[in-house]
Amino acid sequence: MEAFRTLDAVAVPLPRPNIDTDQIIPARFLSRPREVDHAGFLFHDARRLPDGEQDPEFALNTEAWRNARIVVAGKNFACGSSREAAVWALFDAGFRCAIAPSFGDIFSNNGMKNGLLPVVLPADVVEAIIAQVEADPGARIQVDLPAQTVTAPDGSVHGFEVDPFAKHCMLEGLDEIGLTQSYEEEIAAFERRFGRENVR
Amino acid sequence: MSETMFEKIWQKHRVLDRDDGQTLLYVDTHLLHDGGATAFDFIRNRGLKPRAPERIFATPDHYVSTSTRKVEEIEDPRHREMVEKLDRNTREFGIKQFGLGTEGQGIVHVMGPEQGLSQPGILLVCGDSHTSTHGAVGALAFGIGSTEVAHVLATQTLWQRKPKTMRIRVDGTLSDQVTGKDVILAIIAKIGAAGGTGHVLEYTGSAIRGLSMEGRLTLCNMSIEGGGRAGMVAPDDTTFQYLAGRPHAPKGAAWDTALDRWRALPSADDAVFDAEVSLDGSAIQPMVTWGNSPEDALPIDGRIPDPSKAVDAERREQMARMLVYMGLEAGTPLSEVAVDRVFIGSCTNSRIEDMRAAAAVAKGRKVAGSVRAWVVPGSEGVKRQAEAEGLHDIFRAAGFEWRQPGCSMCLGTNGDIAQPGERVASTSNRNFMGRQGPGARTHLLSPAMAAAAAITGHFTDVRRLLAGEA
Ligand code: SF4
Repeated sequence: MEAFRTLDAVAVPLPRPNIDTDQIIPARFLSRPREVDHAGFLFHDARRLPDGEQDPEFALNTEAWRNARIVVAGKNFACGSSREAAVWALFDAGFRCAIAPSFGDIFSNNGMKNGLLPVVLPADVVEAIIAQVEADPGARIQVDLPAQTVTAPDGSVHGFEVDPFAKHCMLEGLDEIGLTQSYEEEIAAFERRFGRENVR
Repeated sequence: MSETMFEKIWQKHRVLDRDDGQTLLYVDTHLLHDGGATAFDFIRNRGLKPRAPERIFATPDHYVSTSTRKVEEIEDPRHREMVEKLDRNTREFGIKQFGLGTEGQGIVHVMGPEQGLSQPGILLVCGDSHTSTHGAVGALAFGIGSTEVAHVLATQTLWQRKPKTMRIRVDGTLSDQVTGKDVILAIIAKIGAAGGTGHVLEYTGSAIRGLSMEGRLTLCNMSIEGGGRAGMVAPDDTTFQYLAGRPHAPKGAAWDTALDRWRALPSADDAVFDAEVSLDGSAIQPMVTWGNSPEDALPIDGRIPDPSKAVDAERREQMARMLVYMGLEAGTPLSEVAVDRVFIGSCTNSRIEDMRAAAAVAKGRKVAGSVRAWVVPGSEGVKRQAEAEGLHDIFRAAGFEWRQPGCSMCLGTNGDIAQPGERVASTSNRNFMGRQGPGARTHLLSPAMAAAAAITGHFTDVRRLLAGEA
């Protein structure tokens, strides 16, 4: 996985709550292997008008936010399906961080295993940041994972929590399987207790 | 010993704890479906193979056609390839697959309990968010992403940070035609689509105890729609009767020792949960959703809500957008909303009891001329049982299409989708924008309520239909 340390990038506002993973990437694009560039599937339907043309009102379609690498969203961002392709679509389109008051649990896990940092901030802080980036399209946000801070366009600094293990893996770009294999002895000992039976 | 059921299962599955708060958990049972090819690519690229293939069980569901059982007849080559890949991957690594046309094939969350693979006290995972379903038997079961699936394939373990617990108590006696589906929609309407985020939900109370196994599976299935990491119901005689004699359930002396263990699983009376919610079961009515989040659910006698009465501007804007997408006007009684399609199926509501409930409504009646109605049994086992009971004849005589088992219109990855603007009464679990096809308008409800909508052509209180009033 690509390591994540710090990021200074344009942030796009998606102020709605409950933006689900079906909107982030519609189901009909899920049969593609990871090697396929998923950027074109990102919000494929949500960013288009019923006639198939790009909706000029959709934030990601506007010039100022075309190069955004951070999304700032309403609560329960990326809820719903476990499709990891939701992370791939964001990642392939350049996103490395999502900020919201809460996330779908599985998306958070998927993000941290793919170099896309989910940052939970209080709802009022997220609201304020959204107001700032909406007022100044193209405004940048700084994310510092070692320090666990987000610096909003107005210069205010906000701390965030992150699981120490996930932080370590993201900072180093670690592949968890390799790490888990270093515990082979413990896993094998556990297995010897139960054989093929269910754990009891 | 004031542990919750979740805590007991968690403790037993700990391989090790790290100082940073992460726990490595051992996975008893890993279920796979045909959407999981990437995880195999992932381990193959690293020169790895499944560590414990005997703990893995697979079945194709997302990409199978519901009009044929022949893989070669799947029209879209991409879809066919997904089904074929599962077949190849399971053969290559010696994983048991319940293949197309065989007794065990079905939606992975219907197959697991039906085969007796989902058992009390186990840790079960699957690369699908509705894995929460299996918690209905008293298992700890949750969905994971494909990187995690690869991790479980390679190591049979998973890193987790301990989630919080929430007890959802539903007491009272449910009214006639109020099902597990209505209970879970009422719960999500109360706690919100993010209400359970970060929590494992345990459902308790007399109304839950009174639910059949099928009802509990429906309930736990939609835990994820309330944000829950997992959902669970303590095992009891209902659970044991359901599991007894199933192909993968313990047999003979092993059954007896398993029973002793399972009876010790329920949360202690004085167990403390991080959050508590309670609902009056006797007040729950048949529910129908109107918006694009499962939290947007109302009793059938309700009216489409008015955005101008929303609590804040954000909700107002969201409601207005949903009404536009859904083609609905504030104030319209739900019972006046006409439907174009009816879908009875999905891992939420495609078990034998669901088939029976819908057939009881369909019997001797006719699907409205304006409606196209489908029944898609959740598994080959459900299909065969339903056919043995003659339910397929009842459905066909009423004008429903009786199809082959799979996920079908729940998500449409196999091509079973509604057209833009079509309104679907669906027994599935997600009413998200575009879920059943671009522009499709999904309303969630129970199988009996869906059948009633098919007959009358609009949402109807099934109790009124059965009483001859609608
Ligand atoms: S029936 Fe629907 S929700 Fe269930 S596993 Fe299939 S696609 Fe997912």
